[in-house]
Formats: sequence, C-alpha cells, structure tokens
Amino acid sequence: MERTAVRGRLNWIVAEVVELIDETETVKSIVFDCPEWRGHLPGQHVDIRLTAEDGYQAQRSYSIANPPTGEKVVVTVELVDDGEVSPYLIGELAVGDQIELRGPIGGYFVWTSEHGGPLLLVAGGSGVVPLMAMIRAWAESDRQVPVRLLTSARSWETLIYRDELRRLDSSLDNLEVAHTLTRAQPADWQGYSRRVDQQMLAETSWPATERPLGFVCGPTGFVETVAASLVALGHAAARIKTERFGPSGG
Amino acid sequence: MALISRGFKGRRQEDAPRDRAPPGQYVTIDFPVLSAGPTPLISLDKWSLSLTSETGQTTSWTWDEFSALPTEVITVDIHCVTKWSKLDTSWEGVSLDTLLDGVQTAAGFLLVESFDGYTTNLPLADATNGKVWVAHIYDGKPLRPEHGGPARLLVPHLYLWKSAKWVRGLRLSNVDQSGFWEGYGYHNYGDPWKEQRYAGD
Repeated sequence: MERTAVRGRLNWIVAEVVELIDETETVKSIVFDCPEWRGHLPGQHVDIRLTAEDGYQAQRSYSIANPPTGEKVVVTVELVDDGEVSPYLIGELAVGDQIELRGPIGGYFVWTSEHGGPLLLVAGGSGVVPLMAMIRAWAESDRQVPVRLLTSARSWETLIYRDELRRLDSSLDNLEVAHTLTRAQPADWQGYSRRVDQQMLAETSWPATERPLGFVCGPTGFVETVAASLVALGHAAARIKTERFGPSGG
Repeated sequence: MALISRGFKGRRQEDAPRDRAPPGQYVTIDFPVLSAGPTPLISLDKWSLSLTSETGQTTSWTWDEFSALPTEVITVDIHCVTKWSKLDTSWEGVSLDTLLDGVQTAAGFLLVESFDGYTTNLPLADATNGKVWVAHIYDGKPLRPEHGGPARLLVPHLYLWKSAKWVRGLRLSNVDQSGFWEGYGYHNYGDPWKEQRYAGD
C-alpha cells in the first residue's frame, strides 16, 4: 500500500456536486460524485480546476476528507478571504454543478490500518481535514489501533467536525479526542484554552516509548511548534509526518 | 476541452507579469513552507556537504570550508508544485559548477540527499552551467531552518521540490534513481513551464 502499483497519467475528470455541508461559518464540505475516481488513501489530496468562460483557469489542492468509498470524493474547504478558488467553491458552487478534478495526489502523508500505530494526530484549524479522513477510515476498520487526536481551533464554533468528533469520541473505544480553543471558550469548557505547547502534547499524546506514528497538519507556525515539541519529547523524527499550509493559498 | 465553471470569473493577477507565472500557478508574496517531517536543526559545527562521484570518490566541505568558496548572488522566480510562484527571490550560494570543478565524471544524473533523509533527482546536465546552487543566504540573511538552512539546493528552473532543503550530499550516478516525491507519483523531471506536476504529465 505504500506506493500505488499502477501509475498512469492523472487526467482531469468530471465530478458532480451532490451535497454541500456547512461545517462552520467559513468552512464547507463538498460531496462529489465522480464515476471515474479510482480510489484514494486517507490523507491524500485532490486538485480542483476552475475554468472561466474565456478559458482562464485556476487550480488548487485540497485534502480529501472521506475514507475511500467508491465514487465519492469529499473535500472540506475553508474560505480564504482574498482567495480565488475557495470563495467560488464556498459561495457559488451549487448541488448539480460539475467541476474538474484530478487525483489522488501524495502518498507519504497517508494512513491505513496496515501502517499500524498507535496513531497520534495533531491538527491546527483546517489541518484536521486529512486527519479526519484517517479517523473515518479507522472508525470503519476493526479499530485495533489506538488513536489520540489533539485539535486546536480558535473557538468551538470554528472547530470543524466538532459534532462528529464528539460522537465518535463518546461511542468508540480506542479513540481519545482532546481540544484546545485558543481565543474563545464556551462557559462550561473543560478542555485546553491556550496554544498547543510541549506540556499539552505531553499530556495528550502517546509517550515516546509507545513509538506512535504521528501526523501533524496545520499552518506553518503550528506544525513547526508541534513537530519540534514532539522531537523534544523523544519521538523519532522519522515517525512524524507533517503537512503544512502557509498563509497564502485560496 | 475544459469544462466551464458556471459563474467563475477568477481573480486575475493583472499586476503580475503574465509571462512569469507558469501555467496553473498563481503569484504569492509570502513564502510558504512545505516539508514532509519535522524541521531538522543542524548546528554548523556538525554540518558538512559531500560530493560523491559515480566511482565512489568523495569530496566534502565543512561549514568553514564551504563558506570560503566563491558565492554568487541570484535573483530568480521560484515555482512550487502546490501552485504558488514567488517572483524575484534573492539568494546567495555556491554554484554547483564550483563544487564540481576538478571532479572527473561521466555521470548522467545527480541524486541529492538531505539531513532528514529526503532525496530528489535531476539530470546532471540540469545542475551545471550556472543553473543550480547550494544556497545559504536568503534575502540577505542566513537561510532559516524551516526554509532549509543552513543550506539548501536551489534549482529555480524546476518545481521547488527539486530544491532540496537541508542538503548534505550530492551523489553522481550513471543511473537515474527516483527521489522522495518522485517515488510518490510526482513527475521525474518537473518542468513548471510544461506543467510536469505528476508522473505522466
């Protein structure tokens, strides 16, 4: 599973929007039906291309949010204020519209149950998206691999997948979910309320002696802090996979 | 024929010269960071750069030796496969022509190795004649660790994953060995002007 056996050209293929899900005020999940999709691994991306009437094109990469499920591809998109593609995907795209995509892309930042664990997932903001694909795939597996997730968001309202994570956390053994809300917390908040630091990671992640497989995704500064802290806590750098997104994008 | 996206107009970058952003790229002013793992922190007294020929002959430089080599100041546009391009970036580094000076080789390929285990490959012809540098200064300051410091490869004419961060070894070879991303389905050569992002492009 590490490397897909057959690699042909990744052609642009047509996908139809079948559902739009409001995740937060500025984040939507888009469910595509894509008959030509040939499957993916949790953690991989897809490129989306938009074409204007005069032929002008723009393309961006998005993490895939769903576990491999036939012809369905789900992306979760955060609005980038001065972005070019995300305002269209969030504000214009409607059920029934068709769009071009190609993928899957990437093969390093991926997890399937064969990769083992224990699994250590740390997400900042919309960095939770590829990790959610892993959690959803894990939830559908035999769930033998124990999983710990720490997410950082500005507030409960901006925490993507909050209801699904709460449901999975309370209903499934072998999954532990911790959150930190860095700017605003609900009145009865029991979780953390500061930026992720080494102490928080020591309390919420696996000890280095368990040799967890770590996936860290979020903005650059967040990933730098988390990855450096995990190394300082004794985790092997080779067991920590990272994915960063910068301030630009959109 | 591409599918028209109903109602999509795009945000054309009229201020960016059209001939400077390759197809599918947009121009950014910030400098995003993309790396597959934790940023390695390499102290200069532990740093070294080696060059190994296809016959196994090795030349290596300590940081002091590397710093004594003649450098060039380079202003180039860089293009990341994740779609951003950054114009007029300013670097200082040692040309690969300088590092290869006096090395006897008939090799066709170069495999670049980094301190974190990362690798990337390119034809040796792409690395000579003033096209590739080992850069240690960005924008007039020592290259920061998250951008590949103490020193990274700079291959501005190919997608930026070829510009390996935290470079420590240059291996000349008669055979073309896939590097890290090349092995995960990214294009073996990676010319942004031909939009060679993924294998088969």
